[in-house]
Amino acid sequence: MTLLAVDDLHVTFDTEAGRVEAVRGVSFSLGRERLGIVGESGSGKTLTGRSILRLIRPPGHVRAKSITFDGTDLLRLSEREMRALRGQRIAMVMQDPKYSLNPVLRIGAQLTEGLRQRDRLSASDATTKAIAALEAVQIRDPARVMEAYPHELSGGMGQRVMIAMMLIPNPDLLIADEPTSALDVTVQAEVLTILDDLVRERGMGLIFISHDLRLVGRFCDRVLVMYKGRIVEELAAKDLMQARHPYTRGLLNCLPRIGGARGPLPGLDRTADWAQEGAL
Amino acid sequence: MVAMNAWLRDPNPASRLQARVGQGYLAWLRMRRNTLAMTGLVIVVALVGMAICAPLLAGYSPTAQDLSARLLPPFSAGHWLGTDDFGRDIWSRIVFGSRITLTIIALVAVTAPVIGLMVGTVAGYFGGWVDQVLMRVTDIFLAFPRLILALALVAVLGPGINNAVFAIALTAWPPYARVARAETLTVRASDYIAAVRLQGASALRIIWGHIIPMCLPSVIIRVTLDMAGVILIAAGLGFLGLGAQPPLPEWGLMISSGRRYLFEQWWVCTIPGLAIFIVSLGFNLLGDGLRDVLDPRSASR
Amino acid sequence: MTAALIEIDRLCVDFIANRRTVHAVRDVSLSVAARESYGLVGESGSGKSTILRAICGLAPVTSGTILIGGEALPVRRGRAFSARVQMVFQDPYASIHPRHTIDRTLSEPLAIHGLKGSDARVTQALADVGLPPSFRFRYPHQLSGGQRQRVAIARALMLEPEILLLDEPTSALDASVQAETLNLLSRLGEERGLTFLMVSHDLAVIDHMCDRVLLMQNGMAVEELTREALAEARMTTDYARTLFDASADRMLG
Repeated sequence: MTLLAVDDLHVTFDTEAGRVEAVRGVSFSLGRERLGIVGESGSGKTLTGRSILRLIRPPGHVRAKSITFDGTDLLRLSEREMRALRGQRIAMVMQDPKYSLNPVLRIGAQLTEGLRQRDRLSASDATTKAIAALEAVQIRDPARVMEAYPHELSGGMGQRVMIAMMLIPNPDLLIADEPTSALDVTVQAEVLTILDDLVRERGMGLIFISHDLRLVGRFCDRVLVMYKGRIVEELAAKDLMQARHPYTRGLLNCLPRIGGARGPLPGLDRTADWAQEGAL
Repeated sequence: MVAMNAWLRDPNPASRLQARVGQGYLAWLRMRRNTLAMTGLVIVVALVGMAICAPLLAGYSPTAQDLSARLLPPFSAGHWLGTDDFGRDIWSRIVFGSRITLTIIALVAVTAPVIGLMVGTVAGYFGGWVDQVLMRVTDIFLAFPRLILALALVAVLGPGINNAVFAIALTAWPPYARVARAETLTVRASDYIAAVRLQGASALRIIWGHIIPMCLPSVIIRVTLDMAGVILIAAGLGFLGLGAQPPLPEWGLMISSGRRYLFEQWWVCTIPGLAIFIVSLGFNLLGDGLRDVLDPRSASR
Repeated sequence: MTAALIEIDRLCVDFIANRRTVHAVRDVSLSVAARESYGLVGESGSGKSTILRAICGLAPVTSGTILIGGEALPVRRGRAFSARVQMVFQDPYASIHPRHTIDRTLSEPLAIHGLKGSDARVTQALADVGLPPSFRFRYPHQLSGGQRQRVAIARALMLEPEILLLDEPTSALDASVQAETLNLLSRLGEERGLTFLMVSHDLAVIDHMCDRVLLMQNGMAVEELTREALAEARMTTDYARTLFDASADRMLG
């Protein structure tokens, strides 16, 4: 059952240096599964995620045949209707909790804000729900964390709080934009496991945006590989090592491995046909 | 023209000059999109033009009196903005008064920000007791209300435009020191400063070549926004009789002497008031526009 | 046995933050031979970058000694030091002055040391790091992250140092650009006989570039391994194993 269907998405920016096409004709669909979007900087993956939530403001322009979420075309909704959707049915977790959590409010205040305003819960009900959400992300001392400020939490803890916050309203779709890139390696595994469990439990759709192909391959069901605003390959995660497009192969091969050869790492051939601006 | 455009937009400049001018051109294009900022720029340019071409634009000498043509209303024959209580043409006085306004602005603009920038960057870079001493000095000057200081200076040195400018500059530099110090503290922690220190650069080279260029945008924006305030203070001093002395056509002074006629012959003090308003507005709009153009956009990824 | 070029003995670095003392580096000792590549690996807060900064004089040394070429370092590092030791920083967006052209960034070290022939040397430096000469008068914001990091490397090599300190030089770069940058560093290190002291959180990168690696946690040295020991997973401490598993775990196939 298709949760989200994006058809021919284009995102362009008007700068004084001319028109920049950041996303060029991206189409994909998503059921209640985990889809990974992989690309390097400039590939347009973050903008794709943000266009779904219609978070792109001028000088950026979003244009698509349709972006259908659960039967509704998001592009035709008014800003008011979009606001009702954002956070409620489609949520987004971003990279660095330092920048996405409000630094001057306590965690408890931030978690309960939505509940009290949008769902009109009383203070005590909201607090109970917030503590339950923190427990769901395996925070052992939720009461202490409720009273803390964001800068008092470690990166991994902050990201878990972010995930808890985004999942309180029980959205149908979660867009995670590099959720673990700012975290230490040992913490990344923990946070991803938590995210994985929650997504499975609640039957949510997940779009996982990352630059790390191997991470996405391990964690998602399907993978889209983007380069310069286009999707160059779409494949199931388990088939990642058999990828055929030269860019995907290049990405897989260019990472150093422990115990690997000492010689020069294979890079990407940026003069190849597929890498040119006009190519598909 | 096309060749010039290409030279300016060349992504691979061939010299530092071309690089700098090219960036300036792109910044100009960005600013051109902002209508309000362009309005401000037009006003400021008009002010400068008026000051330079004063003898050509004015019909009369600003101090020529004609008691038979006192207090003529605007749109009278020969005096399109009317005359004041001494029969002097108001338009001519406005035009020549722009020179005085511009002189005041220019003098304050080259003294206060420069002093503030130097004090702020040195305090911010060295920290420790240097910072403490310089900031306490800054606090002392910041604590002086401008008009009171002007009064004190006038009492000591006598009234006049130069003393008024001196008083304004003396109280105008502390905010720049504060702004420069705040920027310096941020910049000081950056990797590029660490890198140049690691190359063995002296403190002077770092402050002059690396820190000041980063503080300049904030200071420039602050200067344009402050100019509106400076004009108003100079006008206020003129109004109090502490700045320009009659018969100089300083706008504040014109308002002061026109006060008596506010109800019947409103134009005598309203028109200089309008002039001050327009010029202040112009500087404010320009300052806002500059902020959009100069601030980190060009410096960030 | 070749004499160590860099010798750090029981280094301690303490900072005061919010009126509490933070022990960023506790009693760390290591030695790096000439032309060797030595890696420091750890997670955030392990103190690895602080060691590099302490060597450069950018972080205070509370106790312990740092010897370069057998000599103690003067309190103010000075010009002689900068001609011997240079550093490449982590964030290519922050390590080059945003208002200076590349030409100015590269010629500045020469100007500071009063060296002539900057025109030729700047052009040569750009060629050495694989940047086209037309980039010479560009500003940093006109360059990509990988290109800026090349400029940072070129700048570090302008004074022809013996020792290059690398503070996570590729962690802010895309994977493919990282590969190119690491290849560049390897080539330049070979050509110029450089000694590398490299910091990273990525065990695979360190393994690729370095001969020996020191794992750090919370400011303390946990275990030192040679490249062979790392490849064969012959680590003895638990933390080293956790780190190893977390890295190798993410690899497919």
